[in-house]
Amino acid sequence: MKLGTSAIIGGLLFALAIFVGLFAPWLAHTDPVMGANLMNAEEPPSWIWWFGTDAQGRDIYSRVVHGARISLTVGIVSQLVNSIIGVTLGLTAGYWGGWWDDVVNGLTNLMLAIPSLIFALAIMAVLGPGLTSLLIALGLTNWSFTCRIARASTLSLKSQGYVQAARVLGYGDLRIMITQLLPNMVGPIIVIGTLGMGGAVLAEASLSFLGLGIRPPYPSWGSMLSEARDQITTAPWLSVFPGLAIFLTVLGLNLLGDGLRDVLDPQSRSRRT
Amino acid sequence: MTAAPLIEVEDLRIDLDDGANHVAAVEGVSFRIDRGETFGLVGESGCGKSITALALIGLLRRPLSVAAGAIRFEGREIQRLSAAEQRALRGNRIAMIFQEPMTALNPVSPVGRQIAEMFVLHKGKGWREANQLAVEALANVRVPAPERRVKDYPHQLSGGMRQRVMIAIALACDPDLLIADEPTTALDVTVQAEIIELMRNLCAERGTAILMISHDLGLVANVCRRVGVMYAGRIVEERRSDDIFSACAHPYTQGLVDSLPRLGSRAALGRSRLREIAGVVPAIADFPAGCRFNPRCAQATEVCRTTAPETTWLGAGGLVRCHHHA
Ligand SMILES: Nc1ncnc2c1ncn2[C@@H]1O[C@H](COP(=O)(O)OP(=O)(O)OP(=O)(O)O)[C@@H](O)[C@H]1O
Ligand code: SF4
Ligand SMILES: [Mg+2]
Repeated sequence: MKLGTSAIIGGLLFALAIFVGLFAPWLAHTDPVMGANLMNAEEPPSWIWWFGTDAQGRDIYSRVVHGARISLTVGIVSQLVNSIIGVTLGLTAGYWGGWWDDVVNGLTNLMLAIPSLIFALAIMAVLGPGLTSLLIALGLTNWSFTCRIARASTLSLKSQGYVQAARVLGYGDLRIMITQLLPNMVGPIIVIGTLGMGGAVLAEASLSFLGLGIRPPYPSWGSMLSEARDQITTAPWLSVFPGLAIFLTVLGLNLLGDGLRDVLDPQSRSRRT
Repeated sequence: MTAAPLIEVEDLRIDLDDGANHVAAVEGVSFRIDRGETFGLVGESGCGKSITALALIGLLRRPLSVAAGAIRFEGREIQRLSAAEQRALRGNRIAMIFQEPMTALNPVSPVGRQIAEMFVLHKGKGWREANQLAVEALANVRVPAPERRVKDYPHQLSGGMRQRVMIAIALACDPDLLIADEPTTALDVTVQAEIIELMRNLCAERGTAILMISHDLGLVANVCRRVGVMYAGRIVEERRSDDIFSACAHPYTQGLVDSLPRLGSRAALGRSRLREIAGVVPAIADFPAGCRFNPRCAQATEVCRTTAPETTWLGAGGLVRCHHHA
């Protein structure tokens, strides 16, 4: 497999974000919430305060580092939930067809008709802010593309010789889905999942910015931006660094997704073999 | 032939119902295969060989269905079995290999795993034991260095090797019947002969019966003890392979025999030019009335165009369906 430049750059950016999130407690200089000290309020970036400090004197660098944990947890977990829902629905709908296919198609079209952020917003409004409701809201609202891809792949794979052969060999439906269909569609599912993860990081930021996601004082990138709103002219570093973190993470995921698409694309694969 | 047959097909009719048409694609097909016996079905493309085979394993789907007749495996009617009972037969007691070794293997799964899956699925083995059995199964089909080959993906193997893997999968559970539907058409000639020989030897060792399907009468007669010749959804002649060249009774069979390239003694008879049967197989929707072969038959008379010929029993278990059989 030959990875393109975009996949490598994207992969490195994503790996960096994961690394930062995993080792946040060791990378951070101060406690992201309790490390307030009014003596150091609104310091601009310097050798001591890499990303500056906020109005309460908290170290922005430490907060951005801890924010990676929250943003990535939301991105990864919610997209995982979306992928599982999408694959389960799409695969079974494509395989069995009939009324179940109609139901899944209707549901997918409904999800596609409503912007998923609006849908998530509504769920958040009901569940209230917090990490768990964020995971639920984002995990339940962005599976439609995965579902479409899984269904379309199933429809085209169903007529493949090895799926027919499996039936002749006595495989049951579930075994056919798991051994013959699923492994042959992971490529596009991973691509959609990677792009979706970027979307979820953005959605988390948007919801937290609106005060519906992670609430201050906890440091998610979105909630930091939300807090920094009023000081954007007086202390721009408060917005720049969390903004940059979001930008680089989402950029990384999108580059990675696009790069993987080129590698995993079934057509380019069959050309090589 | 006193023992109960392994599989018995009686007056099978397969209907094709695609909304617009409702026609019989296969009609009045009967044959039996005893344990360890070899039987071949021969006929031109579209005469219904493959769908007959699919009916045997209960896998006809939507536009096609078994409309009449019975298929009995060890005396049990296949259509009466539950879906789970049918699945337990498939791959386990009745196995099948197909024409396309290129596409019949899962491209993203190592071949060893695909063989091992059969032991897990039908024999209730654990994966560790199944993987060992898979190596043995590959060794049985004469794949060199099987313990390394099991880790290969299908695209790393040649066509002949893949067909060997298919045979290993099909014979993994020691089935009673192996259905081979044009098993070698996609392979080149030298590999073809090897694969056929391998299949025949393995089945003979294990006492596995073979139902071989092909449009190549020479090949089928070579592998099988008895041959059924199909034309337009019907078996028009059934004979022992030994008799079919010397004493075939149906004009269509005669046509097939004449179209074979002649070798050795028969070439010496001076009829070495290949002869094709004129015309084409009619489409299902417009099978002619009477004998379905009549538009292409040199011996056809008035009765052939109006009345379908009855079965005539010949000696030695042969049968023919023709008003003017030899
Ligand atoms: N799924 C299907 N839908 C509609 N018609 C079908 C279907 N499968 C087979 N048929 C028709 O049934 C007839 C018999 O097909 P079958 O595949 O059994 O032929 P065959 O004898 O195996 O030919 P070949 O040598 O080409 O494999 C053909 O006319 C074919 O068009
Ligand atoms: S029944 Fe008539 S048309 Fe049919 S094969 Fe015999 S002679 Fe030919
Ligand atoms: Mg066929």
